[in-house]
Amino acid sequence: MTVNQRNILSVRDMDREEIDRLLSAAAEFDHGKGTGHELDGKILAVLFFEPSTRTRMSFSSAMMRLGGKILNLGSVEATSIAKGETLSDTIRVVSGYADAIVLRHPKEGAARLASEVASVPVINGGDGAGQHPSQTLLDLYTIRESMPLRNIDIGLQGDLRYGRTVHSLAFALSKYDNIRIHSIAPEGLDFPSSLKADLSELGVELICHDTIEECLPELDVLYVTRLQRERFPDPVAFDNYASTYRITPELLEAAKPNMIVLHPLPRVDEIDPRVDTLPCAKYFDQAHNGVPVRMAMLNEVMKQ
Amino acid sequence: MTKPEKTLVISPIQRGTVIDHITPGEGLTVINILGITRGTGVTVTVACNVESSRGGRKDLVKIADRELLKEEVDKIALVAPDATISIIRDYRVVDKKTVSVPQEIVGVITCPNPNCITNTKEPVPTRFAAQTRGFRCRYCDTVISLDKDIGNYI
Repeated sequence: MTVNQRNILSVRDMDREEIDRLLSAAAEFDHGKGTGHELDGKILAVLFFEPSTRTRMSFSSAMMRLGGKILNLGSVEATSIAKGETLSDTIRVVSGYADAIVLRHPKEGAARLASEVASVPVINGGDGAGQHPSQTLLDLYTIRESMPLRNIDIGLQGDLRYGRTVHSLAFALSKYDNIRIHSIAPEGLDFPSSLKADLSELGVELICHDTIEECLPELDVLYVTRLQRERFPDPVAFDNYASTYRITPELLEAAKPNMIVLHPLPRVDEIDPRVDTLPCAKYFDQAHNGVPVRMAMLNEVMKQ
Repeated sequence: MTKPEKTLVISPIQRGTVIDHITPGEGLTVINILGITRGTGVTVTVACNVESSRGGRKDLVKIADRELLKEEVDKIALVAPDATISIIRDYRVVDKKTVSVPQEIVGVITCPNPNCITNTKEPVPTRFAAQTRGFRCRYCDTVISLDKDIGNYI
């Protein structure tokens, strides 16, 4: 790693000032204030070792909107990785081909390792069940588009044990003032105890609920995540929980008028499609916000 | 009845390092942590469960012809926080120090997360930061809390 090399690996590494700066830059791009030439002549290597639709395409779109070009890894099967090359060697080689690397990898910590051997900036595009900072930043950005990032009651619903997006979001929100987190999860899928301890150390108020009805009228933001069938001991238990946790227009009648509903997508059955047309449904805006937020991240690490 | 004469369990060394007051049962783990294993050519003596002058039992390690540096021996504080290190020259103790857990422990602890990048073929040593609640993996953020026996992860 070169001196002053700027990586974006985890929200744990970022202070509030850095996050706010990126969100403000994203707002500038979102509101058409970019030139479209910020990264003219630059190349972004997109190394995705796992399937991805939104992250991969929105990083590519963001780079093109800044005037830069994309170098894609392609399918893993057609590369030296299939021959047994280590990630470290791949990153060292690709460092010579591009001005920055976006990495998605199935192993936790892969992006940090990559940043240690790369000679160009590395952005973590998601590593296993670990960190996914661009998702967290676009989640924060979407909230900030609706309300200031303070005095917020946010409900996090779904698989809170294994869902990396909610872990990172909870951690990022801990950097803001007067945030209350309401966890709404079936037994066994609540936040891991280590994350609860982290949040407690950071002074975040965490309130656990069995059902959404217990806290819905208090919420300013409801963040829903996908329940994965394979996390449940048996299919009947899954079906029971899935029906309980479904967000419907009828349920949302008890919410504050300005509450917003977010979801990192893809959704399955957690949100009734009839919710899509309600003013509170912000999850497709959230997905679209991935482009300006990733433009801000790419510009941050590659600007002169 | 006369008091039995004290006898040496293991012989003194002319030059090298003595690690004393190791938690009973951790002597071999200490050797492992220091990387003094097969093929190094270093003469090592390990005594397990010997009587301690502080009362109770202890393990003891003597390493001939090698003076360990503080940063080397600090690693053993993970399993033997009460250990003392004596540097020996001409059968005399010329320096004596205690151990303290370093801020970052490199290449000693195995990350318990099977999906951590350090548990792959990547040529990278594990790195754990010592924090108030335990030891945090630099790569995957897994925390080994203080109530766990860290010896199980070495």
